[in-house]
Amino acid sequence: MRDGRKTLGLHLGLLALLFALQFVLPAYHHGNLARIMVLAAYAVGYNILFGYTGLLSLGHALFFAAGMYGMGLLVNQTGAAPLAALMAGVIAGALVAAALGVLALRTEGVAFMIVTLMFAQAGYLTVLYFGAYTRGDEGFVIQQAQRVMAGIDLSDPSNRYFAGLLVFGLAMLINLWLVRTRFGRVLIAIRENEERARMLGYDVFVHKLGAVVLSGTISAMAGASYGLLFGYVGASFASVQYSIFPLLWVLLGGAGTVIGPFLGTLFMFYLIDLSSGLTTAYMLIAGVALVLLTLFAPQGLAGELRNRVWRWLP
Amino acid sequence: MEIGPYLMLASLEGAVTAAVLALTAVGLSLVFGVMRVVNVAHGEFFMLGAVLAWWVTGLIGGHPALGFAMALVLVPVLVAGIAVAADMTILKRIAYDPERTIVATIGILYIIQQVTLMTYGPEARPVTPPFNTRLALPWVEFADGAPRLYWPWGLSTTSYKLGVIAAAGGVLVGVWALMARTRIGLLMRATQLDRDMALAFGIPVERVYALVFGIGAGLAALAAVLIVPIQQAHYLMGGDPLLLSFIVVIIGGLGSLPGTVLAAVLIGLSDGIISVFFSPTLAKILATLLVALVLVFRPQGLFGARPR
Repeated sequence: MRDGRKTLGLHLGLLALLFALQFVLPAYHHGNLARIMVLAAYAVGYNILFGYTGLLSLGHALFFAAGMYGMGLLVNQTGAAPLAALMAGVIAGALVAAALGVLALRTEGVAFMIVTLMFAQAGYLTVLYFGAYTRGDEGFVIQQAQRVMAGIDLSDPSNRYFAGLLVFGLAMLINLWLVRTRFGRVLIAIRENEERARMLGYDVFVHKLGAVVLSGTISAMAGASYGLLFGYVGASFASVQYSIFPLLWVLLGGAGTVIGPFLGTLFMFYLIDLSSGLTTAYMLIAGVALVLLTLFAPQGLAGELRNRVWRWLP
Repeated sequence: MEIGPYLMLASLEGAVTAAVLALTAVGLSLVFGVMRVVNVAHGEFFMLGAVLAWWVTGLIGGHPALGFAMALVLVPVLVAGIAVAADMTILKRIAYDPERTIVATIGILYIIQQVTLMTYGPEARPVTPPFNTRLALPWVEFADGAPRLYWPWGLSTTSYKLGVIAAAGGVLVGVWALMARTRIGLLMRATQLDRDMALAFGIPVERVYALVFGIGAGLAALAAVLIVPIQQAHYLMGGDPLLLSFIVVIIGGLGSLPGTVLAAVLIGLSDGIISVFFSPTLAKILATLLVALVLVFRPQGLFGARPR
C-alpha cells in the first residue's frame, strides 16, 4: 500500500498547496486560480466519463449549463436561498444526465459523440428560445446580495477562493475514491475492453449510465458554483465551446488521471489568458493545442508523467 | 397576398437553401462514407470558400461575372488543396482513428476560423452576383370559372437564385457520374466497401483518402461560392452549414449519397417553410432533437438500408 500512501500524499499535497497559495498570490492570479479551480472541477467531472469510462462526449456544456441555469433561474426568478438553489442546480444536472444517458448510451463511438453534441446544441438553443427568462446571449447577473450563503459573502475574493477550493477538492476526492471502488474498476474495465467486461457478467449499460450521471452531476456542481461565485449566468456557457473546453483540458492534462484535469485547466487557462493579450483570435491556441495533442501526446501531461516518472499515478 | 403565392415564395427560398445544403452535405457524406471519419471542420471549409470567393473577385477587376467565374473555378481547388494538406499532415498520422480524428478536426476548425479572423477580420463582406435580374412570377387564380394567370405584387425571385439551383443540380449529377462511371470513382467505392481488401488489391488507399477529403472540402467551398452573392462572407458562417449538413447526412443515412440529396431537399424546403410559420430557433431545436433521436433509434438513417 505504499503507492496508495504516495497517491494520497500527492493529492492532499496539491490541495494544501492551493490552500497556502492564496496568502501569497497577487490579486490578479488569486482571482484566476479561483476560476481555474471551479473549471478544473468541471474537467474532473468530464474526465470520469472520458478518461475512466472511455466515452467521449461532445455535449458536457449541457450539464454545466443545467447546473448553472438550475441555480441561476431559481435565485433570479424566485429569490431562493443560494444553498437551496445550488442543490437544485446539482439535481437538475443529475436528472438531465440520467435522461441523456438513457438515450445516448444506446449508441456508441462516433454516434455517441454526435448524439451528445446534438442534445447539447438543442439545450443551447432552448436557452436562447426562452430568452424572456434567460436573457439569451446577454445573460443575467446574480446580485451580490443574493450571493450570501450562511452569512458568508461569496463575492468576497478570499471567500470565493475557499469556495472554489472546496468545490475542486470535493470533485477530486470523489474521483480518488471512485478509482478505488469496485464500480470505478468496472468502468476502467469497460474502457479497456467492453466485450470482456460484458462477458465477465457486468451490466455494462448500468455502469455506463452511472458514469454519465456521476460525471454530469459533478459538471453541474461546477456550473452552479461558477454562476454563484462569479455572479454571471449566460448562454455562452451552454455553447459548443464549453463542451470542447473540458475535452481540451483533460486531453492536455492527461485523460484517466486524477491530477490531469487540474494541470490541463491551469495550463490552458494561462495559455489563453496570455495569448488573448496579444490577439483577439485566442481560440487559435486551443485549436493548435488540440491538433498537437492528438498528434504527439494523446496521454497528456500527467499521462507522460505516469509513463516516465510516477508509475503509480492513479 | 393569399397563402398560395406565399408558400411558393417560401419553397423557392427553400429550394436555394436545399441546393447549397445538398452540395455541402454530399461533401460531408462522401468523407464519412469512404473514410469512416467525421469531419467537424467541414463548415470551416465552407466558410473558407466564401471568404476566398470574396478575395478572388476582389483581385480581378472588370465585369463581376469574370471575377465570379474565376472564383468558381479557383476557390474549390484552393480549398481542396488545403484539405489535402491537412489530411496528409494530420489525419494520416493518427491513422484515421475515428475518435482522435474528431478531436483533431475540432482543432482544425478553430485554426481555420481563427486564422481567418486574424487575416480577413470580423466584418461581413458581400460579393456581387454575376447576373441578377428580377423575375416576377405568375400565380393562377380562378375568375369567372376559368383559370387565369396573374402577377401578384412581391412574388418574385432573381435569375441568380435559379442559377444557383441549376448549378447545384449540375454539380450533383457530376458527382454521381464521378462515383458511378469513372475509374477513380470505382477505387473510391472499393475503398468504401472494404478498406483492407482494397489495400490488398493494390489500391493506393491513402491517396484515395486524401483525394476524397479534398473533394469533400471542395464541394463545401463550391457551395459557399454559389451562396456568397446571396449571403455575405463572414468568419463565423461555418457553424450553420455544419449543423445542417450533419442533420442531413444523419437523416439521409450515413454515407448514402442519394439519401443525403433527398434529405437535403426535404430539410432545405421544410426549413424555408417552417421558418415562415414558426420561430427559426424553435425550428432548429426540433431539427437537432430529431437528429439525435434518429441516431438513437434508427442509426441507419430514415432512408438508409440496415447495415449488413
